[in-house]
Formats: sequence, C-alpha cells, structure tokens
Amino acid sequence: MKTDELKKVASQVRRDIVRMVHGVASGHPGGSLGCTDLLVSLYFQTMKLKTDGTDSVVFDMSGTGEDMFFLSNGHISPVLYSVLARRGYFPVSELATFRKLDSRLQGHPATAEHLPGIRIASGSLGQGLSAAAGAAYGKKIRNDSHRVYCLMGDGEQQEGQIWEAAAFIPHRKLDNLIAVIDFNGQQIDGPTDVVLNNRDLGVKYEAFGWKVLHMDGNDLDDVVTTLAKAHAAGGKGVPVCIIMKTEMGQGVDFMMHTHKWHGTAPNNEQLTAALAQLDETLGDY
Amino acid sequence: MKTYTFTEKKDTRSGFGAGMAELGRTNSDVVALCADLVASLKLDTFIKENPDRFIQCGIAEANMIGVAAGLTLSGLIPFATTFANFGSSRVYDQIRQAVAYSGKNVKICVSHAGLTLGEDGATHQILEDIGMMKSLPGMTVINPCDFNQTRAATIAIADYEGPVYLRFGRPVVPNFTPADQIFEIGKAIVLNEGPDVSIFATGHLVWQALEAGKLLAEQGIEAEIINIHTIKPLDKEAILQSVRKTGCAVTAEEHQMNGGLGDSVAQVLSLNYPAPLDMVAVNDSFGESGTPEQLMEKYGLTAASIVAKALAVIQRKK
Ligand SMILES: Cc1ncc(C[n+]2csc(CCOP(=O)(O)OP(=O)(O)O)c2C)c(N)n1
Ligand SMILES: [Mg+2]
Repeated sequence: MKTDELKKVASQVRRDIVRMVHGVASGHPGGSLGCTDLLVSLYFQTMKLKTDGTDSVVFDMSGTGEDMFFLSNGHISPVLYSVLARRGYFPVSELATFRKLDSRLQGHPATAEHLPGIRIASGSLGQGLSAAAGAAYGKKIRNDSHRVYCLMGDGEQQEGQIWEAAAFIPHRKLDNLIAVIDFNGQQIDGPTDVVLNNRDLGVKYEAFGWKVLHMDGNDLDDVVTTLAKAHAAGGKGVPVCIIMKTEMGQGVDFMMHTHKWHGTAPNNEQLTAALAQLDETLGDY
Repeated sequence: MKTYTFTEKKDTRSGFGAGMAELGRTNSDVVALCADLVASLKLDTFIKENPDRFIQCGIAEANMIGVAAGLTLSGLIPFATTFANFGSSRVYDQIRQAVAYSGKNVKICVSHAGLTLGEDGATHQILEDIGMMKSLPGMTVINPCDFNQTRAATIAIADYEGPVYLRFGRPVVPNFTPADQIFEIGKAIVLNEGPDVSIFATGHLVWQALEAGKLLAEQGIEAEIINIHTIKPLDKEAILQSVRKTGCAVTAEEHQMNGGLGDSVAQVLSLNYPAPLDMVAVNDSFGESGTPEQLMEKYGLTAASIVAKALAVIQRKK
C-alpha cells in the first residue's frame, strides 16, 4: 500500500480508537493513538498474512507460513482491534462491543472468546516478549522463515521478565524476531524518566546482543522503511529491536504532550473535538 | 432482621487511602511503595504529606516485594501496593520466599480485586488471590467490606507484627460500618442473629448478604449474618457457634469457589461439625469485561443467589 493509503487507514483507525473508548467510557486511547501508524504499517504493508487466495485474511492460530504479531502492552487493545477489523479479521461493526459484556473485544486482548487475530492473552505487562520468543523459536524448529513482531511499552521495560526474554532471544539467535518499543516517555504515574528511569534502552538492548534501529513512529514513511530494514536484517543470527519514538495521543491535539490520556476516555465534547481532527476515510463503524 | 443504613456509597480503596493518610501522621515507621498505580491506590495524601516515606517502584512488582522485605530489617513497616493481580499471582514466589517464609512484616495492600474491577477484563480480575495467600504459612488475609472497615483494617495491620495481605476493590459500595469501629484481626462480626441459616460473607458480598437477609426475613426466615473480614486466621469459634445453632450455612465472596472463604468454612465444618453448606462464588471460570453490576449478576454474586442457596441448605437440614 502507498503511504497515502496507509494514512487514510490510520486516520480511520484513530477515529475508531476514540469512538471505542468513548462508547464504553473506559480504555486506553493515549498509547493506542501513538502506535496507530506502526500497527497500520504492519498489517497493511509489512507483514505477510495468510489469505484465502484473494486479499481476504484468514486467521490461523498456529501462524504457520505467515508473520505473527504480539501485543505485549495489551492495554492499547483499541488500536489492535481497530486494525484487525479494518484488515478484515472480523466485522468492523463489532468494534462497538469493545469492553462490553459478552464481547469478544475484551479490555485486554484475550483468546477465551476466540477473537480472530489474538494468539496469547496480554494485559499483565512484561510477558509478551517471552511469548513472541516462543513463537519465533517454534518457527525455527519448523523451518518457517516468517517473522514474529512484538510491541511493548517503554514503561513496560521496567518489568524484569522483559530482560529475561531480552537475554534469551539473542542467545538463541532468534533472528526472525523483531521487537518494537513504544518510546513515548510516558506511563501512568508520569514521565518514564521520573517514575523509574530506563536510561538508554538502545544501549541496553545492544549490550544484550540485539541489533537496534530507531524510527519516528508517527512518520509513516519512516515506519515503513525501518520495518523493511528490520526485515532485511533478519536471518543473520541477530534479533532486531526498534526503538520507536512516538507521541502519546498522536493525532488529537489535546491528548498529546501529556500522560493524562493513558487510560482516560473522552466525554461527549472531547469526542467531538477529537473527531474534528481526524478524517473519516473508510466509514465509521 | 436488624436494619443497616448508610449515608454514602464509597470505594474500599479510598478507605485504604484514608487509612494510609492517617498512618502517615501517626506512625513514622510506615513506608508506602507503589508500582505505577498511585492514583488507583488513593495514595495521594500519604505521598503529599510524607514524600520521603513513599517509594515509587515503577512497573516492577517483583522488585517491589523484595525491596519491601528488605525495608523491614530497619524496623520500617512497608505497605506494598498495586492491583490485586499484580500483588499476588504476579509475585507469588517473591511473597512466599522473602516475606512469608522469611517472616517479614510486609503489608501487601491491593486494590481492584475480583470481578468488580469491571471493563479491564479477566487479565486483571484476580479471583484466586485469597486461595494463594491463605495457603502461605503465617500469612494473614483480610478482605474488608466497605470504606470504614478498610480504613480501620489499614490502621490495624500497622500495629500487627507479621505479613498481611489486605484485599480491597474499585467500585463504590454502601459504607455502613461505624466509622469508630475498631478493627480486630481474626474476629468475625455478627451483623444479624438468627436461628435458621448462617451466612458467612466477606468483602463486597457482605452488603449483598445483608440484602439477602432482608429478602429471607420477608419469607419468615431469620438468617444469622456474619462478616468474615479476616479469612486467615479464620474465626473458627464464631463459625462453629453459629452453625451449631442454625444447622446450615452459605458462604459468599467475590473469588473462586476453589480456595476461597467457602473452602475455609467447609474445612472447619467438615472437621468439626458437618452440616449442609453451599457457596456463592465464581465457579471455576475466569471473568470478562463488563460493568461491575453486570458481572456480579452474570456470575451469580448477588443477594438473590445467596437467598436461593440459603433456601436450599435449609431444605437439606431436614
Ligand atoms: C504487571 C502489570 N503491572 C501494572 C499494570 C498496570 N498498568 C497498565 S498500563 C501501565 C503503564 C504502562 O506504561 P507504558 O508501557 O509506557 O505504556 P503507555 O502508558 O505508554 O501506553 C500500568 C502500570 C499492568 N497492566 N501490568
Ligand atoms: Mg509509555
């Protein structure tokens, strides 16, 4: 897909995000908006996904013969659900059920309700990179050369388990795994540097044996190019970690430059103000 | 049926925050720790008034528990706080080894326990924590029912030497415990006396038990309603004394049936005084997203469920 088209999808996804959290008065718009460009690029451009022979995607839990994505920072489920629906994994109308009783769209991604696109539950932070490592290892054993992507938060980097996985993955030469860190500098209690300083994540991952790339996660051109670079860097014995600079709340001016919108839904007025800044390109659900 | 009134609905976590604010002023040994959830734990006042006695640990709960254990060596009383899932299952081995087995005076205080966490869904709705914690030797497990009781429990555990797991929640519930009631760890509170059936409830289900008592009274049944705020050590005497009189019992809790209060009561009864018993609890399933009210209804944690089970156990007496 051309960047212009990806932009259109991204604008619609951002509308979906604010409408979803508004519709249930809960959920996490900030990180979702910041990671929209990445997820749109992954699902509409970068990842090789199983299809029915046309462009229609087919969900296969095993992920055999296709790329796989794991969302470790499960609280930004709105962006994942919107992108999955827009890509065709389930009807976009189902986005209206987000976080409501009997929905497949749980507050945090879950498998119990069999939502197409979700392979392992997340929400308790720090666990996704290990799951992605297992999936990547499985591909190695099965001689499947496809890639495994994993997105994590930067606050999430404070969890010890992340560093267990960060040591394991290069040690086991899982060069089919591409980790992305949403480097927005924010978490619930404030700026990440103030809450618990991660210091230089790039240097740390390098020291653990990763190839580190940097990108502007809110510049679609940069995202697409860097993801291609990361893909090309695979297969050489070294996993890739992309430090992705984003702005929490990207695309809605009053949600940017603050951590206030990490987990707060807009009220009616705020929703109107937000939607005025985001073009309806593919039709609201 | 004795009537209970309340002027306000409040969240139990705010009771914890109020208790911490008071401890901040009265006990200079108390230290608070949190893992990136300060506002959810209502620690604002404590932090504002005692910035030097607050330790922000970031999203690193395992480290927080270890740090808390280490802090006790200086005679400090660490209150380690986060959501109930991340303060129990996430850090079970750290609690087991550094706190319980090492016999350290750590207070693990956790919010958003159970289904009433609501929309965040099953990943966050811990329903197994009472079971995990009560099986640790030496661990005290407390699940207060309302704002005032949570506030009082918070203050009481600071004066008790030993590891404690204090569990509370997110939604607002009737605040009916008298504000000046002293919290006695391990001492059950008889809320209503009655000869027909014993209802042992903990946490948010205590108010539902009182509602159930009213409904039963309309059918001429007087239930004995007992608030088991401390699941461990369990007030066995209070339980046995009540069931010896009523001959049957129902337990009620926002937790799995496996490992919960019901299990504990079943153990006491089967070892000492076998009697018909039923349990209102989540029956071996995970939760899901929804409003707290919808979830309590769907999973049968309501006054109506307590009534139905009470009627059934009364039948089994004959
Ligand atoms: C193990 C665990 N601890 C705490 C939480 C509560 N929590 C949810 S999101 C969050 C902050 C995450 O920060 P970051 O990874 O930077 O994500 P962002 O806020 O930027 O979206 C916290 C503490 C959790 N979900 N899991
Ligand atoms: Mg962040």
